[in-house]
Amino acid sequence: MTTAVHSRIPGAIIGVTAGLREGAAWGLGALLLVALPMLFRSDSSLAILSISGIAVVFALSYNILLGQTGMLSFGHAVFYGLGGFGTIHAMNLIADARLPIPLPVMPLIGGCIGLLSGALLGALASKRGGIVFAMVTFGLGEMVSAAAPILNRFFGGEQGVTTDRTALPHMLGLGFGPQLQIYYLIAAWCLLSAGAIRFIAGTAFGQIARAARENPERIEFIGYGMRRVRFTAFCLASFFAGIAGALTAINFEIMTVANLGAQQSTMVVLATYIGGLDFFVGPIIGAVLVSVMQVSLSDVTGGWQLYLGLLFVLGVMYAPGGIAGLLLTSQPGERLRDRMAPRRLVLLAPLLAIAAGGVLAIEMAYQLGLRSQDGTVRRLAGIPIDCASPFPWLVAATLVVGGGAILRRAASRAHPGSTR
Amino acid sequence: MSEMSQTALLLEDLRKSFGVIDIIRGVTLRISTGERHAIIGPNGAGKSTLFNLISGRLAPTGGRISLDGQRIDGLPPYQVSRRGLSRSFQITNVFPRLTVFENIRCAVLRELGYGLSIWRRIAGRADVVARCSALLDEIGLSSVAQAPADTLSYAELRALELGITIAGGARVILLDEPTAGMSRPETSRTLELIRGVSAGRTLVIVEHDMAVVFGLADRISVLVYGRIIATGTPAEIRANAEVQAAYLGATPDAGALPA
Repeated sequence: MTTAVHSRIPGAIIGVTAGLREGAAWGLGALLLVALPMLFRSDSSLAILSISGIAVVFALSYNILLGQTGMLSFGHAVFYGLGGFGTIHAMNLIADARLPIPLPVMPLIGGCIGLLSGALLGALASKRGGIVFAMVTFGLGEMVSAAAPILNRFFGGEQGVTTDRTALPHMLGLGFGPQLQIYYLIAAWCLLSAGAIRFIAGTAFGQIARAARENPERIEFIGYGMRRVRFTAFCLASFFAGIAGALTAINFEIMTVANLGAQQSTMVVLATYIGGLDFFVGPIIGAVLVSVMQVSLSDVTGGWQLYLGLLFVLGVMYAPGGIAGLLLTSQPGERLRDRMAPRRLVLLAPLLAIAAGGVLAIEMAYQLGLRSQDGTVRRLAGIPIDCASPFPWLVAATLVVGGGAILRRAASRAHPGSTR
Repeated sequence: MSEMSQTALLLEDLRKSFGVIDIIRGVTLRISTGERHAIIGPNGAGKSTLFNLISGRLAPTGGRISLDGQRIDGLPPYQVSRRGLSRSFQITNVFPRLTVFENIRCAVLRELGYGLSIWRRIAGRADVVARCSALLDEIGLSSVAQAPADTLSYAELRALELGITIAGGARVILLDEPTAGMSRPETSRTLELIRGVSAGRTLVIVEHDMAVVFGLADRISVLVYGRIIATGTPAEIRANAEVQAAYLGATPDAGALPA
């Protein structure tokens, strides 16, 4: 009952301080969005920032389903992709017909396409919850991907469909050619979408969705049809996914079938989980992390997806609350400062040893496998390593096994009686 | 109860079978508006099934259920709830990771007209806060309002269960063994609570504790193997020979029946 006593704080106090903190966080977030391109000026940084902004909208939209309503969807990229494709066609139409619609409103069109397709497919998908829902969304994702080659005019086949964002009427003298302008367009829509999603979390729907996540059966006995709750969540999530898709269309000026496929759907599940689905900032952290890994780490190593997968598995096993959970949880013992207590900090050394050994082994295996045409020598941290000789493999094995043994001993000392 | 009083809940020849097994075998029961009606019977008599039929959790195989003269049999639970009938559960059925306040708030939103609105923030709304505070006072959980429901004690959880059930302003409430697993003092406190919250409503209660049943109910029905074998005032039920034989006789401890 210690946790109960811990959390019994008068509501009024929580309300006031939480309100202030929330306001400050939004101000800081907006400031950060404005300032980031001034801190990271290179073209590649700007590209990462733009992709991250889009990924944040996409992950936040996904968390309306997963974190808020407890609906695990494996087909969320469908609405992201359809929003993107729809936006490209709308942009081309506007450019051809010389309609007076400027680029900055296009994400709204993408959102509406997402909403429309979400309502259509959601009518079917939201009929059931739980595993059935997960499987239906998985099937819908496969279905739409399979339909893409048939609907060649809309999806553009292998090479996808393209557009020219500068062909749209200019607004306030902005041509939206330079990446910096596109970044600020994405940042604005990111802030707007995040604000809207946060607002919705505080409405009656948000409250009922969270209750439905906790106990879908009881919801029915307080006057809410679960199907309607699921459908509403599905439509909202699809709307914001459509906005993210439109931003992608604007950013890259191309959409391909891969954008609505299973891999894109999986990526958003991973990002949301790694970031932490119980907190509003969780998907934001996850989306940024995965985007940065996707762009930067893929330059360094071709095995970046392997690391992402490892991060996901370890996260789910040892930090189910995700990164946000580690940083923000109020559960004693779960908090980062409890986890980082000096006696536990000792564990950091063997953990780092295991990580180093693991990375070494993965990179060497990668060199011998997929990159074998480049020879057997791989430079890691500036050190040339011959992957064909047994010595570096021995080092890797020693690091992993030794680190594991020390960790085991240290852990059993920290929790006497427990074998974990 | 006079025949002139209005009927809140009417069951007519209600039947439910699971495969070839008949659980409810033709139950007819009229419960008047404002009445506190207890349903008793041995384990396996079909009491829980009866509640599941009335509240829409199960669809009946045959017969009719009417709430204030309107048919509700076969409707899904949320439709039954919207028509003014609410139930509690024997095994506590709350929203574990939400706070006590949020648990109650979920149950008042529809009644206050917020539905599933995505346009209005509900935090700090005067009508919501006032209704929730009143309910929390009524069920005695104001001091733990901000605690997550999964940190409550058993008795507190049962009180919360009751609070969620009455929060939506239902005219008819069904309570499924509200004092199950409680100590004597907890039971008598819960009994007072039920007396309070059922004032001005129609109450149907399934309960094993005979002290609660005979202390609370205006009328009692005895359900045995899917049939009601007797309905009457506590005095009539206590005097009924058939009931004595079929049900009360099974408890040799006569002291379980308060005079």
